[in-house]
Parts: sequence; structure tokens; C-alpha cells
Amino acid sequence: MPEAVSKGKAIKLGDDISTDDIIPGRFAHLRSNLPELSKHTFEDLIPNFASRVNQGNFLVAGKNFGSGSSREHAPLVIKMSGIAAILAKSAARIFFRNAINQGLPVLLCDTDQINDGDQLEINLTEGVITNLTSNAKLTSTKIPSLMFAILKEGGLIPYIKKHKDFEL
Amino acid sequence: MGKTLAEKILSLKAGADAKSGGIVIANVDLVFLQDTTGPLVIKQFKESGFAAIAEPKKAAIFLDHAAPSPAQQISNDHVLLRHFARETNCHIYEVGNGICHQLVAEHFAKPGNIIVGADSHTVTAGALCAFATGMGSTDIAIAMALGKTWFRVPETFLINLSGSFRKGVYAKDLILSLIGQLGADGATYKALEFGGESLARLTMSERLTIANMVVEAGAKVGLFPSDEVTQSFLSAQGRGDGYKPLYPDADASYERIMSLNLASLEPMVSFPHTVDNVRPVSEAKGIKVQQVFIGTCTNGRLEDLALAANILKGKKRYFDTRLLVAPVSQQVLLQAIEKGYIHSLVESGAVILPPGCAACLGLHQGILADGEACLSTANRNFKGRMGNPEAMIYLASPATAAASAIKGEITDPREVM
Repeated sequence: MPEAVSKGKAIKLGDDISTDDIIPGRFAHLRSNLPELSKHTFEDLIPNFASRVNQGNFLVAGKNFGSGSSREHAPLVIKMSGIAAILAKSAARIFFRNAINQGLPVLLCDTDQINDGDQLEINLTEGVITNLTSNAKLTSTKIPSLMFAILKEGGLIPYIKKHKDFEL
Repeated sequence: MGKTLAEKILSLKAGADAKSGGIVIANVDLVFLQDTTGPLVIKQFKESGFAAIAEPKKAAIFLDHAAPSPAQQISNDHVLLRHFARETNCHIYEVGNGICHQLVAEHFAKPGNIIVGADSHTVTAGALCAFATGMGSTDIAIAMALGKTWFRVPETFLINLSGSFRKGVYAKDLILSLIGQLGADGATYKALEFGGESLARLTMSERLTIANMVVEAGAKVGLFPSDEVTQSFLSAQGRGDGYKPLYPDADASYERIMSLNLASLEPMVSFPHTVDNVRPVSEAKGIKVQQVFIGTCTNGRLEDLALAANILKGKKRYFDTRLLVAPVSQQVLLQAIEKGYIHSLVESGAVILPPGCAACLGLHQGILADGEACLSTANRNFKGRMGNPEAMIYLASPATAAASAIKGEITDPREVM
């Protein structure tokens, strides 16, 4: 299970970040070699992304994060980079589901209240984000209980290993 | 209270009263994967501990995204996928058979089906009134193992279509225009349902083009009612027994109702780097293009090739503009050969690529150079999509593409028709 309460620094991104921005399609030949693939995370959008991220940082985006292709490698390489959670105004549905299936929390909230470099505290159980830099408190949109259960187990594979089936 | 098409299909399949906002678990009629998402599906499938696919004949693998393989790693991925198909006894469609979404429409999708695929354009089968949606590799692995998956029942936007297209205007212009109005996230998590008096005049090819792109507005599915058009398409594919009429209830509840008069539309172009950056072709006039690409699951069907071939007939491509054509499937390629379209396109200077995704996603068969622009009939123009973040991608109809190939710059198709 991802940490119920975690603290970290915000890395701020813009609107409409596509899965091609996250991990360009031209690296599809590396998809069976995740360590190699992950070296290209955000390559066209954020130079030296890997060196900018510290374990436990949060990605904070605008609207429609993760739009486009269904490639689950997008949340996978973000998670591999050390990002502990994604905050966005809205997220594309396949990306959203993929991230939860990888045990990577995505919280939908008003990210205009967060600046690059702000220190955040995220309470996953409560769905509350505290901006420790500005003292603002944000509430994230509630996710379906089944998705929360999958997230709590650390992703869909551990969930299915334990429950053998979906439980409503 | 009546049901939308989405609620109707999910209710029938889940054996429950599916209401928008609720969660249902339903058996799937087809679960599929392709060569760029497939290896991760297999990894997750093995990781989950399941030894067998729940129903192998309801599972399919398509080698289409990088086909034939342009790199040794992908060749190895193809081998992995072929082995998995043999081990599990699921369907496999080889390199050159065509694009998964077209093959699903030709061979599998039926009205009332639930289809999940490890590809975002799985929504294409909504043209046949199948609740078809894209998922990631782990969801697809588990759907294969269990034969079912979970869905949040989407709210529905009803798109009422009236009138008929004017000359030079096509289904692609309709869906680009709609995406421009909705915005790239305007229908996120929603079902789009198409209705109205124009439906009976929309061919299956046009419906597939429209349903294909609903995901570019964030939608989960894009559903057309199952009617006579659906019936004749299924009959022509030798699958007439799969037909059943399926319509929304008259008193269904919609979150939003939009109207679109086809006669008010003009040729549209989606500008770089987002699909919803849509403008009339007049605003793109004169933009030089070094490559024109006609094909993909959006616009690589027989009607699309016919349109392009007729516009290009007796004319040549502009000397400095490459013209790439990839028929969407082997069936379409054979029909296009029989009808003489391929002959005509080659005479005009086209390069014919094998049925498959070809240049669409930047892996092979037409990667752009720095600073180049491409006019494509595909569904995405994200930065870097065609293999180079320094290139520009414009999206338009096959007619606009053919006209632009003649002039070497983005051209209103009505100028050459």
C-alpha cells in the first residue's frame, strides 16, 4: 500500500500532458526493458527529469493529465522515477485507472493552489492535501471504493492475488 | 426511467440495473492486446498467477503497431506474443493482417457486446453498438484471466446529428469539429451517444471514423445505435447472425444534449500539438507539408482510399511531398486492388505501406525530420507522435489529405474536386 500520509515536494507541470509527453511512442522498442525505457521519461518535455526528481516528490499537473495512448508504461515509468503521487485538475480515464492499477495514487484537486517547489502533505485515506508552504488545504475527488481497495493493496496484481476476483 | 445505450448494454451484460455513476462487473465478449502494449499484458498475466485465459476464443492478439518489426527488441516482443498465443490458444492476427480496431469490426464486434482492448482506440467498435473501451495492460491481463472486468457506468452526452454533408465534407470533419467544441477533456469518463435523423445516412465506415476519435475528447465509449446500417455491414462480413437492433430508450436521461447540423460543417484541420486545436481548412491554407499520410484506424478504409484515389486520379503528388498510404486491413487492401484504387494511387506517386498502423505512432514507415510538417488522416497530433518532437502534425480528412498531396501545402479539397 502506498503511504497513507506522506510529505514531499511539488513538481509543477501544465495542462494536457499526453502519454507521448510522459514516454514517447518512439521508444516502444524498449518497453520490455523498463530500466532502459524509464531513462526517457518526459524526455521531450522536461530535460533531465530523472535527475530533478527525488524519491517521494509529487507531480502536480493541470487538466487532462495522461491523455492519449493506453500505454501503462506511462504511470509505470513515473512511479519508477520515485514520484509518490500525481495531483491534477483532471486526468484521462485510462491513465487514471492504469496509475491506480500500478499502485500510484492520482488525486484530482484544484492544483492552481500549488506552486512548483511547494511542500505538500498528502493524506490518502482522507483525500486531503495540505500545502505546507501556503497552509492551504485541498480536498480531492472521492474515487470509487473498488479503486481505493485496489490502490490500498498496492495495485491490481496484488489485489487479485489476494481476492482472486473483483469484490464490490 | 429509461436507459442510454451505455446503461442498456452494461445492464444486459452485468445482469444488473446499471445506472450512470454506479459500478458493475460484467463478462467481456472480447479482450485484446497489440504488440506495443501486449508484452506488459503477458508479464502481468504471468505475475497474477493465472495459468490460462478464461475463454481463449474471446481473446485476441494483433501484431499491427510495429509491423513488420523495425527493431530487434520488437521482433523479440512479437515472438513472445506468438508463443503466448500458442500456449493459451487465443486468436492471433499476424503482421500485415491489419489494424486491431478494423479487424475487431470485421471479425468480432456485435451489437450489445462488451469489448476491452489494450489500446485507447478500442472505442472504434462503438460504431457497431458494442460497449468498447481501451484499458491498460494490467486491466487487460486480469480481464483475460477472469473473463470479466469492472466498469463505472458512464453518464452520456447525446449528440443529435441532422442534415447531410456538403461537398468536400466528411465524417472526419464532423468528429474533428465535435472534438474542437468539446475540448480534449470535454467528455472525460463520459459516453458519447450519436442520434438524430442523419444516422441512417452514415455508413459503417463513417461511423467507425467517428467512434474511433471519441477518446480524443476523453470519452470512454462512442456508441451508435444498431440499425439497418449495422445489419448490412455484419451481413457483408458473413456475420449477419450477430445482428440485433439496439436503441436507447426514448426516456433515457442524458447529462448533456448537443446538436450538430452536418450541412453547417466545412473541412476541418487539427493543428499541432493537440487534437482539439481544430480550425477550418481556410486557416491552414498554404501551410507546406513534406509528407501526407493516408491510413490508420481512423481513415484507412475502402471509402477513404476511394476518396483519395478519385481526387488524385490523373494527377501527381507535389514533387517535394511524400505520399504514404496504408490500407487499414488486408481485406481493404484486396478490395482497393480490385477496384483499381491502389493502381491509381501508385500512379499518382503514392508509397503503399502494409496494412497496419504504419507511420501513425512514430515507430517506423515515415518518421518525420526536424522541422517537417505532415498532414495525416490519423487521430493524434501530439508533439513527438510521429517519431520526432521537432515535427508538426496536422490532422484532416482523406480528401483534404489527397488535395494537399497534389499542391504540397494544406489545401481545401473543394478546390480540386
